[in-house]
Amino acid sequence: MSRTLNLELKIWRQDGPDADGRFEVYPALGIPDDASFLEMLDIVNEELIEEGRAPIEFPHDCREGICGTCGMMINGKAHGPEKGTAVCQLHMRKFNDGDAIVIEPWRARAFPVLRDLVVDRSPLDSIIEAGGYVTAPTGTAADANDTPIPKEVADSAMDAAACIGCGACVAACPNSAGQLFTAAKVWHLNSLPQGQAERYRRAENMVETMEQFFGSCTNHGECSEACPKEISQDFIAYLNRDYMKSKIKNRRLAGQS
Amino acid sequence: MASPTLAKKSSLNPIRRRSKPLPFPLNLYQTAVGKKWVMAITGLMLLGFVIGHMVGNLKMFIGVVEHNDERIYDLDVYAEFLQELLVPIFPPTVFLWILRGGLLAAVTLHIHSMYSLTRMNLTSSIKYKEKRTWIAANFASRSMRYSGMIVFFYIIFHLADLTFGVLPWYEFERHQVQWNVTESLSNPVVAAFYIIANILLSIHIFHGAYSMFQSLGINNPRYNSLRRGFATGVAILICVGNSAFPVAILTGVVDYDPDLVDHPAEASLVESE
Repeated sequence: MSRTLNLELKIWRQDGPDADGRFEVYPALGIPDDASFLEMLDIVNEELIEEGRAPIEFPHDCREGICGTCGMMINGKAHGPEKGTAVCQLHMRKFNDGDAIVIEPWRARAFPVLRDLVVDRSPLDSIIEAGGYVTAPTGTAADANDTPIPKEVADSAMDAAACIGCGACVAACPNSAGQLFTAAKVWHLNSLPQGQAERYRRAENMVETMEQFFGSCTNHGECSEACPKEISQDFIAYLNRDYMKSKIKNRRLAGQS
Repeated sequence: MASPTLAKKSSLNPIRRRSKPLPFPLNLYQTAVGKKWVMAITGLMLLGFVIGHMVGNLKMFIGVVEHNDERIYDLDVYAEFLQELLVPIFPPTVFLWILRGGLLAAVTLHIHSMYSLTRMNLTSSIKYKEKRTWIAANFASRSMRYSGMIVFFYIIFHLADLTFGVLPWYEFERHQVQWNVTESLSNPVVAAFYIIANILLSIHIFHGAYSMFQSLGINNPRYNSLRRGFATGVAILICVGNSAFPVAILTGVVDYDPDLVDHPAEASLVESE
């Protein structure tokens, strides 16, 4: 038999991007502890709707930790108290009966609140637009394993590619820096042979676009702790290295190592 | 054929505009990542200076030595050596001034990059309305601005105290380093300030000496685990080494005795009469 929890939620409500926000307190009663955090919000919203009040807007989509849509500050931690999970993978059994839970949207100048807990994360798309792609020949797909890639490199690229773009790194950063996101996206491609053609242009463009929206990295390490995919800060160092190379390297000699 | 790849402009309104690129190498200093490189490299230069300065000062524990058939405090021998650095390639004090110029440039760039990155970070971030939790950030990393600022004012004080000798609480005498340092630091208030400032400096180094590796892209799974240990070790070294001087002078382990040397500070003779 599963327990049920009675909680007190203190949630940020904001009617629109230009409206003043405020905290409101809602009771969440009889929440089964098997429910995910988002399901708990669903239950609260059902009641709000029944009472004829506006439901709490919160971002969500796949609810299995791979789309990167959900994300909020729960008791001062991005994606809540569990390490390496998105909000949708956080279950109510991690809380105790009678807990008070504070829920705030991501906060960064580049992430304006659209409504309640939903923020606009389009600057992340702008960074991808600036270089998060490779040039691939059209036509027949290349054979699998056509390009030999050392296992360590493939692993590292895969670890970077695990980024789901949820924005928790920006939200957790005291400077609202987008470094971990950008580093993951850059390194995912820069580490692989397929990404070499645009390597330095990619690092340069993505960093410079990032800096139009976000702060700078002071190496606290909060981003990696907040990341639902536990992406390592190491990628930030790789990004810094590739960015500086992009400024200094003679690109006419690219490929001659 | 036009390049099909790059999107010319984002449809979004950025917080800040991209600045027009300056000619190389000035363009390196136009982005935050570049400024962090400057921050790290100047920080490394300053760290090297702080360690060298400490090692030099340790000579005050040696006391009086025979040098050119004269009895003189070893700290004063060292001071003379600094003036004569790379003589005769350079005239006396010239190379010392080159080093000082380098330090001054490093301090200026270190502070300017801090100023401009801080401004960038303040305009990028919005504070959470409710209490937020710190998981990885530590006291040192979150207080860099403040520890750095206090250390900066401490350096000005330190220069006024022992380089320019303009502070009123003891009689400063040029080229009598052992005399000056023992006179100044035998004042418990001054000594306490030196110790506090050096603890803050160590806290600053605890984060800085780790952070510079990341900023410079020096990251390798083989030695990543050593970076934190390195920063901790250097911070402890600086803290213990530099605090040892005021402590030793206050407790009388290091002192100034005009009778032991051939050319004592004049002020010391006035006092003993």
